[in-house]
Amino acid sequence: MISIKNLSKTFNKNIHAVRNVDLEIDEGEVVVIVGPSGSGKSTVLRCINRLEVPTEGSIAIDGVELTDPKCNIDEIRAEVGMVFQQFNLFPHLTVMDNICLAQRKVRGKSKSEANEMAMKQLLRVGIPDKADSYPRQLSGGQQQRVAIARSLSMEPKIMLFDEPTSALDPEMVKEVLDVMLELASEGMTMAVVTHEMGFAKAAGDRLVFMDEGMIVEIGPPNKVFENPEEQRTKDFFDKILY
Amino acid sequence: MAKSQGKKENRGRKNLSDTPAWWDTFPWWGIAIVAILLWMGYQIVTKDSYDLAWERVIPGIRITITATLQAFAIALALGLLAGMGQLSRNVFSRNLARTYVEFIRGIPILPLIFTVALVLLPQIQDALGFKLSFQMRATVTLAFIYGAYMAEIFRGGIQSIAAGQVEAGRSLGLSRRQTMNSIVLPQAMRAIIPPLGNDFIAILKDTSLLSVLGVLEITQRARQFSASTFKFREGYFVLAFIYLVLTLGLSLLLGLLERRMTRDDRGVRSNRGID
Ligand SMILES: Nc1ncnc2c1ncn2[C@@H]1O[C@H](COP(=O)(O)OP(=O)(O)O)[C@@H](O)[C@H]1O
Ligand SMILES: [Mg+2]
Repeated sequence: MISIKNLSKTFNKNIHAVRNVDLEIDEGEVVVIVGPSGSGKSTVLRCINRLEVPTEGSIAIDGVELTDPKCNIDEIRAEVGMVFQQFNLFPHLTVMDNICLAQRKVRGKSKSEANEMAMKQLLRVGIPDKADSYPRQLSGGQQQRVAIARSLSMEPKIMLFDEPTSALDPEMVKEVLDVMLELASEGMTMAVVTHEMGFAKAAGDRLVFMDEGMIVEIGPPNKVFENPEEQRTKDFFDKILY
Repeated sequence: MAKSQGKKENRGRKNLSDTPAWWDTFPWWGIAIVAILLWMGYQIVTKDSYDLAWERVIPGIRITITATLQAFAIALALGLLAGMGQLSRNVFSRNLARTYVEFIRGIPILPLIFTVALVLLPQIQDALGFKLSFQMRATVTLAFIYGAYMAEIFRGGIQSIAAGQVEAGRSLGLSRRQTMNSIVLPQAMRAIIPPLGNDFIAILKDTSLLSVLGVLEITQRARQFSASTFKFREGYFVLAFIYLVLTLGLSLLLGLLERRMTRDDRGVRSNRGID
């Protein structure tokens, strides 16, 4: 479904954020990416919907090359949901309007169709009563769940999560992870950058460990986690679990 | 904003824990201004020489107001264009917009009015074969000048919106333009409208410069009245009164507009910039 070949991204000619990454993500698969800060996890994710343009290599989604100048990036992005660490809700719009904006402008849905989809997704993330609230009136966990509902309302084929729980107070992490677990069990294709090892073990099909822009190790979460082949992987897990 | 902050800091107070006395925070300046205006109005109504000046100057207010509105409208369009131009991906647009802004901002208004209205615009007119009145030429010049100032306001407002907002919009499949129109500009308006309001008042005051081209707005009328009757005091007294009423009235309206804009749906003052 997503095919990343020999991906490299260099910033300002000398910051090699991602180096020669190869990664295939199958339909319905949940891939969890971990690694130290600055190891290029976000950059890989952002290349998948071309928020960053790759310096080298190719990315294909359902056989469509992202780097092909003829591809319509807006059409592809509509099929790829992205959830950010900082939620990035639109503060000037209500929750309902946050979720309806792209449905109407990109999908050309009528107001009632968009509203119906929005309510369906709000129900799914467990906050249908917040439809008329503004983002600033919600807790962090609720905001992130709205962000997930907003992405889901576009009925994407793939969901990308970039540290979706890192900006949350501890007591709100679970409500967001629960939504993601449910999504994974429904068969959504997901690429998730997170340090929540509980989630990786429960939902992840494969765990990717990145360091210095490269994929160091990749395999079933339990194996990479409990029994890593590389010393760097072991050192990393030793550090994050105390 | 600055006003409400000023109230909270206890400048030079002896016992810091005290809440300030009512007379300390009372807007005395408002009373003073109102008193001055009333006194001025009283002079104009009761004294024949002032009344005469009033009758000669006040017809110019139509031109003052028309020129203000026209210059503001054109400047708004130019400012938006040049502000977005400076943020464009296109090298040519970016540099064209920047050239315009830097050129205008580097020259005082009066020399610009002379050069643009008396040299540049006539040349353009001749080349393109149309003719503008002095008033229109001067108005267009003002618009050009304020367009450059407003470009900076628009640019700053747009740049104040976090990159994450654009990324979220684009990730949902919205185009650049849709993201700009539905996400960035509506949020940027909060930062843009107050300084635009200030520019509106500044334009109103600067229409007085049209008098150097002989346009019969209120300043030119006051000059003519004073010069022909030697009643300088009366002519300029009335002129100052009219400008004060107009600008203070507008400030008041803008203050109300700003207050409304910074309230959210529940009528609570929102903390800007967060979210
Ligand atoms: N827009 C950018 N400009 C310059 N350097 C960047 C940019 N984005 C990321 N980087 C650099 O690329 C490297 C990888 O960053 P990132 O992908 O965000 O890592 P991670 O998400 O794993 O913490 C870091 O060294 C970071 O400083
Ligand atoms: Mg990151």
